[in-house]
Amino acid sequence: MTGERAMPRRRVLLTAAAIALPPAAAVATPAQVTRLIHDLCGEAVPREGKVKLDLPLLVENGNTVAMTVSVDAPPGAVDSIHVFAEANPLPEVARFQFGPRAGSPRVSTRIRLATSQTVTAIAKLRDGTVWRDDVDLLVTLAACIE
Amino acid sequence: MVRVLLNVPKRVRAGEPFEVKLLISHPMESGQRRDTVGKAIPREIINHLVCTLDGEEVLRMDLFPAIAANPFLAFSAVAARSGTMALTFTDDLGVTQTETAAISVE
Repeated sequence: MTGERAMPRRRVLLTAAAIALPPAAAVATPAQVTRLIHDLCGEAVPREGKVKLDLPLLVENGNTVAMTVSVDAPPGAVDSIHVFAEANPLPEVARFQFGPRAGSPRVSTRIRLATSQTVTAIAKLRDGTVWRDDVDLLVTLAACIE
Repeated sequence: MVRVLLNVPKRVRAGEPFEVKLLISHPMESGQRRDTVGKAIPREIINHLVCTLDGEEVLRMDLFPAIAANPFLAFSAVAARSGTMALTFTDDLGVTQTETAAISVE
């Protein structure tokens, strides 16, 4: 067997493998979330403290998980809140932008979680500071697929 | 048209935050699921919501498929005078729907 013949065969196999594989495994990565947070905050490093992300630590059903995110700041001081889930098919969960008629900076909703992971909330305040809170949780029944 | 429950207090005090609760009957199809023959079910979610009070913005929301089916949202608003709270949302097909509620300030 010569090298000239082995190469095309290898190429054929690689091509076959590329076709057989599903188009790019659809799961977000912690790196993706880090990049999104960087895009959001620029050079500012989000600190912990003012924003509070309320999620159960043990999730029995990932299809609907009660989430509350609040910021310890007066009404009008918060620009936006962003929530990310690092191991969901898409890293973004929701974006909330507060207007002039917003009351207390607090939002509750129900989210889906694909697997056990860290969920991150970022709050941007009008004074230019950025805050974060992370919740490490365990999911027993996954969402998104079924 | 989807069914929407927009819950606000009947009477509120000027300058005092009050709770707005919202429940929309919507499957929020994530685009990740497959049907019984293995065909991908296309994504169809409500991706944008804006809540205004007399034309002034309360909260603007961008939602992603990670929001559970039949989205429930609760947030806080402040009124200075009586007016109309309007909630407008848009789905992936570009269909927009608006829901209103009267706010009376005492």
